[in-house]
Amino acid sequence: MKAVNYAVLVLFGAVLILAGLSLPDRGDPYAPLNRDKSAAGTPNAPSYYIRNPERDADTPNMVTVILADYRGFDTMGEETVILTAGLICFLILRRERTKEKRR
Amino acid sequence: MMRRDDDAIISLVSRTVSPFIMIFALYVIFHGHYSPGGGFQGGTMLAAALILVRLAAGSDLAQLQFPRSWGTPLGSAGVLIYWGTGFVAMLCGGNFLNYAFLPVSGLPPHHRNLGILFIEVGVGLAVMGILTAIYDDLLEGRPHD
Repeated sequence: MKAVNYAVLVLFGAVLILAGLSLPDRGDPYAPLNRDKSAAGTPNAPSYYIRNPERDADTPNMVTVILADYRGFDTMGEETVILTAGLICFLILRRERTKEKRR
Repeated sequence: MMRRDDDAIISLVSRTVSPFIMIFALYVIFHGHYSPGGGFQGGTMLAAALILVRLAAGSDLAQLQFPRSWGTPLGSAGVLIYWGTGFVAMLCGGNFLNYAFLPVSGLPPHHRNLGILFIEVGVGLAVMGILTAIYDDLLEGRPHD
């Protein structure tokens, strides 16, 4: 059984490596993601995000604009996830209040 | 439980360094439009400054600086600032989180970076409060560490 596990692992790794080898290079301007127009003829998101944050939000830092403005909904979810983690730690680890009630 | 010795060097250095970390964290939050930075990074540095004092002086003494009960409410306040910014923009006629519709007087119509500043402050508050609260929760039951 162990041999089968290792074979599956090696096979999976080989598939991943094969898929990774055919990815476009980083920053390749001819990659489908980095073209100005998508295959359907509409403007692509990354080139828009690189060209327009200064005009849209008066902010030279395009990372901030993408994080907080274009993708503001996503950041809201991240912040809510952090709050949820804090509340879960609170609920699991704090025990003072229940002890006081029982006494 | 280990007995904690009051080391003068450690407490002096941490007390001196902590305000400077906070100042730099505020710079990282409020200058996030122009340089690398933002709410998450600045909030983490604020929490690091608070936890440094907690580690050096002990949690009991650090209650004077940032009480144990403030962490979770501050985190909730940060999330509420974020959501409130979105809903205020929605009430004033725009889409949710469309900062161009925020009702700030004297603002040119396409001045969206103030909305980004609001939500960065919210994110920074939330991260600082929650990280400090998690540290305090982990120390639950060992109050003198």
